[in-house]
Amino acid sequence: MQQPNKLTPFFENLNFEREDNTMVINFGPQHPSAHGQLRLVLELDGELVTKAYPDIGYLHRGIEKMAENMTYNEFLPTTDRLDYIASTSNNYAYALAVEKLLGIEAPRRAQVIRTMLLEINRIMSHLFFLATHALDVGAMSVFLYAFREREYAMDLMEDYCGARLTHSAVRIGGVPLDLPAGWTEKLAIYLAKMPEAIKMYEDLLTENRIWKMRLENVGVISGEDALNWGCSGIMLRGSGIQYDIRKEEPYELYSELDFDIPVSDRCDSYGRYRLYMEEMKESVKILKQLIPMYFETEPQLMAHAPQYISAPKEEIMTQNYALMQHFVLVAQGMRPPKGEVYAPTESPKGELGFYIKSEGEPYAYRLKCRAPSFFHTGLLQELLVGTYIADVVTIIGTTNIVFGEVDR
Amino acid sequence: MRKYTPKDNVQAKAYYTDRFWVAPRVPREEVEAATHFAKVVAALGSLAKETYIEIGQLVIHINAGENFQVLKTLKEQCGYTQCSEQSAVDYLAKDGEFELFYQLLNIHEAKRVRVVCRIKKDEAIESIVPLFKSANFAEREMFDMFGIKVNNHPFLKRIIMPDDWEGHPLLKTYPLQGDEFASWYEVDKIFGKEYRDIIGPENRDPARIDRYDTKRFSRIGYEVPFGADISKGETKQPIEYSETFMTNYNKSSKQLDERK
Repeated sequence: MQQPNKLTPFFENLNFEREDNTMVINFGPQHPSAHGQLRLVLELDGELVTKAYPDIGYLHRGIEKMAENMTYNEFLPTTDRLDYIASTSNNYAYALAVEKLLGIEAPRRAQVIRTMLLEINRIMSHLFFLATHALDVGAMSVFLYAFREREYAMDLMEDYCGARLTHSAVRIGGVPLDLPAGWTEKLAIYLAKMPEAIKMYEDLLTENRIWKMRLENVGVISGEDALNWGCSGIMLRGSGIQYDIRKEEPYELYSELDFDIPVSDRCDSYGRYRLYMEEMKESVKILKQLIPMYFETEPQLMAHAPQYISAPKEEIMTQNYALMQHFVLVAQGMRPPKGEVYAPTESPKGELGFYIKSEGEPYAYRLKCRAPSFFHTGLLQELLVGTYIADVVTIIGTTNIVFGEVDR
Repeated sequence: MRKYTPKDNVQAKAYYTDRFWVAPRVPREEVEAATHFAKVVAALGSLAKETYIEIGQLVIHINAGENFQVLKTLKEQCGYTQCSEQSAVDYLAKDGEFELFYQLLNIHEAKRVRVVCRIKKDEAIESIVPLFKSANFAEREMFDMFGIKVNNHPFLKRIIMPDDWEGHPLLKTYPLQGDEFASWYEVDKIFGKEYRDIIGPENRDPARIDRYDTKRFSRIGYEVPFGADISKGETKQPIEYSETFMTNYNKSSKQLDERK
């Protein structure tokens, strides 16, 4: 054991002298492949991992505590900071939970726009996964190509809401803005490009010998384990269990859209990589269907529920009563009825759900964010045992964890 | 008279509530016969104290001591194979109790059930890790955030806050900006306890503005020497701009025609 003093400081990275001849090392919290602030304490026997202990909390900002001290509308931009790779999916999950509590539904045009934004975010997130995962495994050029396409998607988001990462593009009860002129044409151009881009990534990776050697039979999770550890999203479907909340418990327009849920029974990283690629193709398919749907809708963007949601700006500026209600809603905040709700959504990472307990106050009594990455991080303590240290990076990459939502 | 502030709940409160305002309640529906949820209720039998459907999900109130048994029944007989979330709600101020919930998912029926139980302040709850491994992290987080002990948990340790942290941040008695301990935590860690007088407590409220602070860019409109003590009043020092020297080309000595 080390005896630290001022001349020989304590090296917490290394703990050599142990009876059983294993080495304990820290992986992170500043490791570039840890995808954020993950500290993994690994016990190694040679190159074999014999024990893994994920230590999280380096990005803890107390978002659930903040939710108890903010009115419902105030809190919405904070949800951007959960899964910062696909912010709109967080905004939407939160807005959906509050809407269920209020018992309101967004108007049709808002639903179309929300579904579009959700799918663009899914593409952005999956491209980010592909880029960083490939970079971790050693394929540098895929990173550059994938980030190029992600940049176009971010440009679309910027055109819509002005922000590239923290969108706050969804409001409780609808969306704040209509699509700008010419946006759907830009989206159509992007959608025409995407299949070629996806084909290029697949050409680069799918049959690539090194890629297959690094991913095949690495990070194997059986279907039973995936359920037991609370896996969701691609981590669940990569283990042969077909469960997608968009299909099984449909929200927004997903029940009207025609898309497939890819499932893989390979249970390994390679199968999950294939699923990410297929899901991007499905997202493109969904977005293509949404463009004509947008033009069939009425221009209303926010739900009509004067008790909870401010009237449109023109009404606030011209009508006394709308102004009064707007004032009360801004100054005091909306007061949802007493009750509790858990609203699950399929975010790009998995099942993102918000549990809200309301006591009829303008502040949520308790808000629990069910973040998919949190449970996928928990899985690492079992998944990493028995693998080689070179595969640790691949396995972290394939779980696609984002520390904004792990630590909250 | 000093304004009354309750100590058992220091979270934000509505600044105005109408005297006659009564909060409505989200409608609770009865469990209809011959549905999937009716079978679940029947399988639980007397273990379920109260059952109703709230916003599409079945809510089952149980005794805290029977949580393992109930979840085992739900997993093995009703097909609820995933525990997607587990946490607690602090009702200490109102009832002296915590409310715990387990959010379960049946992937074959696509149905969700919430199992709710209540425990007193110092009571512990039985761990459900043998049934659902996802509860491993969830129960640790609950212990970290509320201080609720979980019996037979394989590794009950703080997960998000540092190991040597004092206090449980999601309790209603815990202020949003942190307590006394929180304000000294990093000062003690980085500089050591003996530097407390020099460094001072950490400002954990990003919106706080110190009237006499001359170190943190909070003086707007005046320029005050860095670190100067202005608590006794400050001398007025309006901002001085450097003079702009403009050359008057009309009477300058370096006119071209003078060289002629």
